[in-house]
Amino acid sequence: MAEEAQAQSAPVEAEGWEPKLLVFCCNWCSYAGADLAGVSRLQMPTNFRVIRTMCSARVDPEFVLRAFAKGADGVLVLGCHPADCHYIGGNYRTRRRIALLRVLLEQYGFNPDRLKLEWVSASEGMKFQQTIKEFDRTIRELGPNPINEE
Amino acid sequence: MAKIRIAQYWAAGCGGCDVALLDIDEKILGVAEIADIAFWPIAVDAKVKDVEAMPDGYITATLINGAIRNSENEHMAKLLRQKSALIVSFGSCACFGGVPGLANMTSKKEILEYVYWHTPTSDNVEKVLPTPHYKVPEGEIEIPVLYDTVYTLDQVIDVDYYMPGCPPTTNLINEFLGMVEKHVKEGAPLPPKGSVIASQKTLCDECARKRTTKKVEKIYMPYEIDIDPEKCMLEQGIICLGPSTRAGCGAKCLEGNQPCRGCMGPTAEVLDQGGSMLSALASIFAIGNQESQLSEDDILELMTQVKDPLGTFYAFTMPASIIKKKVKEKKATTAPKEA
Repeated sequence: MAEEAQAQSAPVEAEGWEPKLLVFCCNWCSYAGADLAGVSRLQMPTNFRVIRTMCSARVDPEFVLRAFAKGADGVLVLGCHPADCHYIGGNYRTRRRIALLRVLLEQYGFNPDRLKLEWVSASEGMKFQQTIKEFDRTIRELGPNPINEE
Repeated sequence: MAKIRIAQYWAAGCGGCDVALLDIDEKILGVAEIADIAFWPIAVDAKVKDVEAMPDGYITATLINGAIRNSENEHMAKLLRQKSALIVSFGSCACFGGVPGLANMTSKKEILEYVYWHTPTSDNVEKVLPTPHYKVPEGEIEIPVLYDTVYTLDQVIDVDYYMPGCPPTTNLINEFLGMVEKHVKEGAPLPPKGSVIASQKTLCDECARKRTTKKVEKIYMPYEIDIDPEKCMLEQGIICLGPSTRAGCGAKCLEGNQPCRGCMGPTAEVLDQGGSMLSALASIFAIGNQESQLSEDDILELMTQVKDPLGTFYAFTMPASIIKKKVKEKKATTAPKEA
């Protein structure tokens, strides 16, 4: 798998490189927010893939590390706003983990901005669109995932 | 009954694993009873050319300890694989890269330049670095080539069994030798290929300390507080890798009032010990009901009490982790905090 990702993204890096973004959405808020953005026909980049998890806290740090190891250029984790978690406190765990995981990624040599956590509620289709647009811009500025170079 | 043949080899490790095998006390006599030692550089005088002369599969079981980080390590691992029926990845360095594996935080160039030029005690005016080939009046001499990356044994050769630990404990070694002995004497089946000779549970399962709240208030270094020998390390604020580490060692460090550093590696279903520990530690912070009021900066301050997540969570497993090695962003990071 790692080789596949490498073969696809390494040579096209300079021109025509499209960032690959992975977006984890929690089932109760953010996935519904993404859905709302879709049915509202809000325009946004199409280079992201959504993975729905029951809660943002289901996103094991291992998932994020695997995404980067397999060549994702950016990983976005979306969950319910503080105090709104369907499971009372899942999003707080996510927030602590992502904060520490960003420090870890920086130690591994990645720009920590490749991993972002944002709160998107079920009614925030617009915010979903904005978050994707901004994140896409950030990753385009950072360039390809350095793990693809090796 | 014909004796079996065993060998042990020492790659990029400290030699502790070799001593651990000697440390099984009177059981070593049982080993001598069933086995001849075909090759064991630290204990018997056999040469590499003797190994080269053996037919393929001649050695029944070879224990290889140490990571693979130079051309000699790799050559010997491949040679012993060819000459052995069974290969056991012995000790944390062979299984996960171990402490030498932390060299994947840097590069060959940085290591050589620091060690030979920049340490406070270096006085290397000619900036000499080791060269693999060197001509002297007596002829050409060679040393192994240092690799840029530290590898685990199973990234280089096919491995039959894993025995983690730094070093593997006497109990685990005896368990394995007992299995081999039974196999030889009574024809008992060996465990399936790829088995890890240790427990399937986490270290917390073996640890005798009492857990009550399962919460951590503040992180301390072990020297900063008086450690209660009865109470869970994490509840006292000391980072202990127990929740993410495989059991089988008997929680000896905890018995000695020291936290687990994770030498037994990740548990059976986990790929990345560090990610697993990061997740566990972040989950048990006691914050109370005010967490919705905390800003992102407050959370960052809370979590950066863990000073060195990579060095702490991957002290033994960096080459076996998901990312494996430090990467280099083309564009400089927005805010270079390190250095």
